[in-house]
Amino acid sequence: MIQLENIHKTYNNGQPLHVLKGINLHIERGEFVSIMGASGSGKSTLLNILGILDNYDEGSYYLDGKLIRDLSESKAADYRNRMIGFVFQSFNLIPFKNALENVALPLFYRGVNRKRRNALALEYLDRLGLAEWAHHLPNELSGGQKQRVAIARALITQPQILLADEPTGALDSRTSIEVMQLLKQLNEEGQTIIVVTHESGVANQTNRIVHIKDGMIGHIEDNVNHNASPFGIDGLMK
Amino acid sequence: MRDLLEEIGMTIRRNKLRTALTGLSVAWGIFILIVLLGAGNGLIHAFQSASGTMATNVVEVRSSSTTLPFNGYPAGRHIDLYERDARASQERFPDQVVQAQVQHWQGSVTVSTMKDYVSQSLIGVYPQYLDLGRFTMYRGRFLNKTDLQERRKVIVMHQGVAEQLFERPEEAIGKTVRINQLAFQVIGLYQDAGNTSDRPLYIPFTTQALLFGKGEAIDMFALSVQNLPTAEDNESFESNIRRMMASRKDYAPNDPGGIWIWNRLKQNQNTNEAMHLLTIALWFIGICTLLSGIVGVSNIMLITVKERTREFGICKALGARPAVILRMILLESVTITLLFGYIGLVAGIAATEYMSVLADGTKMEIYGQTIQMFKDPTVDVRIAVQATLALVVAGLLAGFFPARKAVSVRPVEALKAE
Repeated sequence: MIQLENIHKTYNNGQPLHVLKGINLHIERGEFVSIMGASGSGKSTLLNILGILDNYDEGSYYLDGKLIRDLSESKAADYRNRMIGFVFQSFNLIPFKNALENVALPLFYRGVNRKRRNALALEYLDRLGLAEWAHHLPNELSGGQKQRVAIARALITQPQILLADEPTGALDSRTSIEVMQLLKQLNEEGQTIIVVTHESGVANQTNRIVHIKDGMIGHIEDNVNHNASPFGIDGLMK
Repeated sequence: MRDLLEEIGMTIRRNKLRTALTGLSVAWGIFILIVLLGAGNGLIHAFQSASGTMATNVVEVRSSSTTLPFNGYPAGRHIDLYERDARASQERFPDQVVQAQVQHWQGSVTVSTMKDYVSQSLIGVYPQYLDLGRFTMYRGRFLNKTDLQERRKVIVMHQGVAEQLFERPEEAIGKTVRINQLAFQVIGLYQDAGNTSDRPLYIPFTTQALLFGKGEAIDMFALSVQNLPTAEDNESFESNIRRMMASRKDYAPNDPGGIWIWNRLKQNQNTNEAMHLLTIALWFIGICTLLSGIVGVSNIMLITVKERTREFGICKALGARPAVILRMILLESVTITLLFGYIGLVAGIAATEYMSVLADGTKMEIYGQTIQMFKDPTVDVRIAVQATLALVVAGLLAGFFPARKAVSVRPVEALKAE
């Protein structure tokens, strides 16, 4: 599904900053992977490259067999729309649109007509237990509800991969567990999910943990037994 | 499309005050544009109505002096014109000249009644003089053929002159006036649509030649012309007349003097050109005013776009193509300009209609003559359509730079924005 070969990325803001120094990573369809690292380790940059929000300087990135490099903005937008669902730490819901409109937005960019996309958005909200909140604005929702709206929005295009950037970063531990349970459930239904986090508890919920340090992949651990570590049990996440 | 409009409505509603203030500058700009154009039209219409009754197809030829020596004659020789010269022009150019008529300007004479006396110029003319359209008859009749043949001592005068000479000007017809101890019967009063201060007295050409004439010389003849559609045709007709007169009067064919030609059609074309320039100048000023409004819209759009950077970032992450965002911002800008521009347009048209009502009050009395400075100062549908088009272009211009800015931000940076 995802093939990263020798990815390099340097930021040139005044002093050149070599953030990614040759990343090699393969992720199969249906995997539930977390990318872990301290702040400044390059994990967010890696996520931006995976999400085609940013470009890279060297190497190659294949997403579902397609080489992602030097795309035009329009092409990149199309790929993001069709293949990638985003879940952000700060939810990134449009504040003046209600839950339903927020969820329907990706379909609007795909050119789906209003009736169909609203019906579909309601279906996804219902799946996440938010049907009765469909016509509420984001600021009328709790943090967990907001993140579930965001997940519904990410899922509505049936993306190849779901990218979650610190999905529990702005949530309390109880809601964090709920959200992670939800992601886990989605993965069991076959959804490929990549979570970026610096919290061991979150990473512990995933099946494979990729540790990043100073722009390099430190080690990759298979995390079969989710209860082996004390993290992640009974809401102990942080 | 409906979605797009709803988006825009939402954004505008979120920034009501800001949008209203910006819109006001656009409305003001278009208001000024319309009022200016309306006022310009008022001037133009007033001018056109003042000169409106003048026949445009008249070429006047007056006697003058040569400016070049020729055939042993020195420069500065005065060229006398005669009635036969007028007839010759008609015979020579039968396709262009419909009618030729002579007149002689006597200079100032004193015309008196028991009540008062007035100094006015006296002109001997043919009955066809009326056709030149310099004035229209107000009372009585103009000179006729019989007056000319019998060399009658009859006179046609301006209504204003009659007011000075008679207690009851409406009863002037048939009364007698004296010029140099000679009695003339008043047969008609005229009124001029123009506003010249010159209000000559008209008597038959033959009478004038008999009573005041110094020989047969005339000072001018007027040619009613046709088949001269373009400016070039007029030029060549004029030079043909000049060449003909040069050979008849024996002066240099390339002499710009000798005779003096006044072509009313050409004059008219010049006037039209001046009016055209005036309109262009007014458009220019109006557009400049509008431009300040547009800069305002552009400014506001820039701020809005900056504020919404993160929102656009989210949209991009969700798969919004740059074109979608570009279109949204441009459409928003056009909507604001059109909406408020339309308000300005309606207000401007209302203002010109009000001016139109007031315009009747701009009649000025100068030496007893009525001059209307302003007539029908309104704009027509064509101008409203042009102004609307200008607005759309303005809106696109105003939105273009902010939109380009919004699109050029990379999604990853846009998402980081506050």
